[in-house]
Amino acid sequence: MLEKIGEIKKTALDALAKIEGEEGLDQWKVTHLGRSSAIMDVFKNMGSVPKEERGNVGRTANQVKQALQAALDEKKEALHQAEIQRALQEEKIDITLPGYAIPRGRLHPTTQTLREIYRVFADMGFQIYRSREVETDEFNFQLLNFPPHHPAREMQDSFYVDSGEERGENPILLRTHTSPGQIRAMREFTAENPDNPPPVRIILPGMCYRYEQVSARSETQFTQVEGLAVGHDVTFSDLKGTLSDFARRMFGKNVDSRFRASHFPFTEPSAEMDIECFLCGGAGCSVCKHTGWLEILGCGMVHPNVLSNGGYDPERYSGFAFGMGPERITMLRYHIEDIRYFWANDMRFLEQF
Amino acid sequence: MKTPLSWLKEYVDIELPTEELARRMTLAGLEVEEIRYVGYPLPEGDKRREAKITGFAWDPDEIVVGAIHEVMPHPNADRLVLCRLEDGEEEHTVLTGAPNLFPYKGKGELDSPLKVAYAREGATVIDAYSESEETEYTTIQRKKIRGVDSYSMACSERELGISDEHEGIIILDEDAPTGLPLVDYMGDVVFDIAITPNFARDANIIGVAREIAAITGQELRYPDLDVAQRGDPIQGKVKIEITDPELNPRFAFGLIENVKIQPSPYKVRLRLKLSGVRAINALVDATNYAMLELGEPLHAFDYDILQARAQEAGAAAPTIITRAAKQGETLVTLDDEERQLDDFTVLVTDQSGPLALAGVMGGAASEVHEETTNVLLEGAAWNMINTRRTVMSQNLPSEAAYRFSRGVHPELAPQGVWRGLKLMHEWAGGTVSQGLVDEYPLPPEDPTVEITPGDVRRWLGIDLNVEEIVSILESLAFTCRVSERLSVNGEQSSVNGEQSSVNGHQSLTTDHYSLITVTTPKHRLDIGAGVVGKADLMEEIARVYGYDRVPETRMADALPPQRGNRELDIEEKLRDMLVNLGLQEVISHRLTSPENEARRFPAGEAPKEVYAPLVNPISPERSALRRSLLASVLNTVEGNYRIQDRVAIFEIGPVFLPHEGEELPVESPRLAMAITGPRSLPDWGTAGTREMDFYDLKGIVETALGALHLDGIRYERGGNPSFHPGKCADVFVGEEKIGSFGELHPLVRENYDLPETTLAAAVFDLSALTALVPTLFDVDSIPNQPPVLEDLAVVIDEDVPAEKVAALIRQTGGKILTDLRLFDVYRGDQVGEGKKSLAYSLVYQHPERTLTDKEVAKVRKSIVYRVERELGGKLRE
Ligand SMILES: [Zn+2]
Repeated sequence: MLEKIGEIKKTALDALAKIEGEEGLDQWKVTHLGRSSAIMDVFKNMGSVPKEERGNVGRTANQVKQALQAALDEKKEALHQAEIQRALQEEKIDITLPGYAIPRGRLHPTTQTLREIYRVFADMGFQIYRSREVETDEFNFQLLNFPPHHPAREMQDSFYVDSGEERGENPILLRTHTSPGQIRAMREFTAENPDNPPPVRIILPGMCYRYEQVSARSETQFTQVEGLAVGHDVTFSDLKGTLSDFARRMFGKNVDSRFRASHFPFTEPSAEMDIECFLCGGAGCSVCKHTGWLEILGCGMVHPNVLSNGGYDPERYSGFAFGMGPERITMLRYHIEDIRYFWANDMRFLEQF
Repeated sequence: MKTPLSWLKEYVDIELPTEELARRMTLAGLEVEEIRYVGYPLPEGDKRREAKITGFAWDPDEIVVGAIHEVMPHPNADRLVLCRLEDGEEEHTVLTGAPNLFPYKGKGELDSPLKVAYAREGATVIDAYSESEETEYTTIQRKKIRGVDSYSMACSERELGISDEHEGIIILDEDAPTGLPLVDYMGDVVFDIAITPNFARDANIIGVAREIAAITGQELRYPDLDVAQRGDPIQGKVKIEITDPELNPRFAFGLIENVKIQPSPYKVRLRLKLSGVRAINALVDATNYAMLELGEPLHAFDYDILQARAQEAGAAAPTIITRAAKQGETLVTLDDEERQLDDFTVLVTDQSGPLALAGVMGGAASEVHEETTNVLLEGAAWNMINTRRTVMSQNLPSEAAYRFSRGVHPELAPQGVWRGLKLMHEWAGGTVSQGLVDEYPLPPEDPTVEITPGDVRRWLGIDLNVEEIVSILESLAFTCRVSERLSVNGEQSSVNGEQSSVNGHQSLTTDHYSLITVTTPKHRLDIGAGVVGKADLMEEIARVYGYDRVPETRMADALPPQRGNRELDIEEKLRDMLVNLGLQEVISHRLTSPENEARRFPAGEAPKEVYAPLVNPISPERSALRRSLLASVLNTVEGNYRIQDRVAIFEIGPVFLPHEGEELPVESPRLAMAITGPRSLPDWGTAGTREMDFYDLKGIVETALGALHLDGIRYERGGNPSFHPGKCADVFVGEEKIGSFGELHPLVRENYDLPETTLAAAVFDLSALTALVPTLFDVDSIPNQPPVLEDLAVVIDEDVPAEKVAALIRQTGGKILTDLRLFDVYRGDQVGEGKKSLAYSLVYQHPERTLTDKEVAKVRKSIVYRVERELGGKLRE
């Protein structure tokens, strides 16, 4: 009997070895481990086995059954592995074909730069204040210490709006800078508490307009971000600290900046801030005209007349203001040669960002 | 302003290297934009520069002062001459065609040799005959010209990079030392300085020299104004009448007689040219030279002409009257233009009429000319606003007008006249009359400002002591007086020297502080009074101290209250959302034209709209502020469709709506979108996709509005005239209409250069929308009970809106119907003419327990019942 069991095992294993694909395994299982398989017959016919041999036969048959099952599992796994290996060998695609195109939206480059500026100043406690684009001469110039016929107005030729009435020295115009927002913001805040107005720390982004011939270097509209900080102890050294900090956060943590004396009617002292050219690292290149510096923003201590016009007593309050052009920053960063690209809305430009 | 360093060095010692000086000046507010080397070697290497570098170097060994002793005819050419020239080492024969040597031809040995700029064989000079835009250079080589050996040359200004002059060679002053390298004789460096309006006082050599003296710790020297007055007294020879001192605070005349009109010395002419001013003759050059040096523009009249006019008018001597022009008055200016004058133009006149546009340009009739012998020299001060307006209206920018329209201190008038007379006497001979006729009815108040070291601390954040502050201000010619004051409890009292009575007040503390009383020097008009003056002085202190030495500090001041900016937050959220949905953000010109915007309506149907038009548009296409953001995005699609057939864009920005009775137009924020072309981008895997239409845009709208958690959004058939009447929806939130969208009206599309593809567009009023966005919203719990899913298709009349069916299902389903989605719309034979089948998938779910089949079946049954009863539909089996 034990011999027969040995035969059964051998036959089954021989058959298993011959199987080459997973599909043959089920049939093998039916034949060699199924209900009417030879090994199962051994169990079924146990009654005919002499009593004293039963224990031994039963144990041996069981061992064979388990061995066959194990062999099947092993074979199955081996065939599965072989199948995967074969698939890996055979299934090959041309990975150089382009991927399926997915339409994608983008923010306008100016929006992207504006957001960076917002983020940097938000970190420093500056909130965003927006104001109107059509202004009066009073708000755009006079309250900012540009009296009528002031020479500094020459640099800010305006578009005038026909209001259908004679307005003398207070015509309506398109704001030439976001600075009128300084007055509007300060007046809004001083209205809350005229005797003891709250400190100010705002940035004023928005579209501005100048009467200029359109060229690669100048456009009739451009965005500006202006900043204003007013308080009891705001100093020129705070201005330097805040704006150098801005430069490092915006352009790189090792970027050097320098301040040059300059002139704006609404600040005194006034300065231009240059940052070390981030294209050549300050060594000199065509973009920085070989100076190693890029002119990035104008700034200064808020002129006493402007503070007064906003409702802040210049004997008790001081402040600083600054202004920069997001398009200029964007142009410098990405080597954009023509400012007209910004509002022409050509997708070939916009889709590069 | 072009400023030769040699000129500056007459008034201040300069020890800094050139580029370092430029850097310091730039930091102090005198931005050096260009450094031009005239003769001197340009800095080598490609390291960084403080300014744009230009110029041409003259080799000291090869370009020297030469002396021409004889000018001889050329044996074979009439238009050439041969010069016997000595260069300090040997004699040469130099061939030239310079016309300014022809007068000396064949005159034998010259009494005094002509000094010229001599370039030896092998020298490199600028190629004066090059047609190229770029400067080209040439090396002088030996060759035969018309049978005569030529190996060197006498140079023109163009050949040495001084000016464009190439009519003749340079003839130097007689005292030029023969053989001296030319660069040592007349080499120079010219700074081109950008002068900001508040630095107008520095638009002259003395002004710049004063700044250099202040920032480098040097002494300023002042020009010599001491003139030998050998003539008769000027009194009685001319009278001055100032009608309005506001227009003309000061007017001074000096007189020089028997001058000889001749060229000024070469070095003077060179200096003027390097400063950007044309050399004319000794008289005109003297007025320009004095102006460039001191900043006081001068005007020279021919005294004999004025005298003749006076006599004609029956007077013994001219009376000069200054006044505003009368409307309709005219004057022929020295450029021979007849000028119509405005009533703001100030005139210099005599008894017979206008002579000059004050501070702007002289008149042709009284100008100095070739035969002038007696010169009346005017130095005056004019109202800067009137000057400025005249310059603008007459379009007459000039060096004089530039200065007067920015303000010239009246104290400079007599200084300028004396300097001018001195130079005229030096360069044109003649006799200077004694004294000046000087009317000075309105001296300016030179403000006095009080500052303390505490002010410096408060404004600039630096600690300077009294001596440091005084030293800085005095270096700029301010006068300072220091007094000791007492402060009580830190408050600085203005009471001088008074001892405060402490009377047992424990908390009262007193302290001494120094008050500096600063008086503005008599050459500047830019310092204000009071707190404005303080700010002005702070700038002066900071500039001279050095902006670069001010430390960088963090604001210690209190932070303002957090105000937030809800409108911007929502705009930015929308931007992100729309970008996520595949739309490109655009920003358009806000200046447009009503005609352009009218295209968004079918031809002939544009309503009358009120625009905010420009008075001074730059072009007719940009003549008014936009009223429609839809028009902006349509323009953008139009501009792009030729490049790519798929365009999907949005723009956020204001439109400008003038309102009756409002001073300024309302600026109303809008969102506009436009999509056209295939739904996906063309690629090799997807063979053609369908075009985007109304429903693509609606999907974008729904998703974007959904992201804002707006409650109760409704879509109703809309009436926006830009859109196809059958394919247009208005969007409501509750009762408020926030926008509309649809497919472009075919007649509108015809107004644009667009293909016949479907274009869907939308406009939203962001102020209406923003007001409705909830600050917070509730989040539903995730149910832990299994959902029951089932599909339901109903057949219904074509004209029943889908939204009505969905609303009915939702209502009937109640709370346990947690999701409803339309997944198919079918029209065709299976449902019959005029019908459509809408297939929905429904999700039933109870928050707390498992739903039984029975419960779901019950709901389903009532849905079908209501669809049949209320909408006349039936279940599709
Ligand atoms: Zn660079």
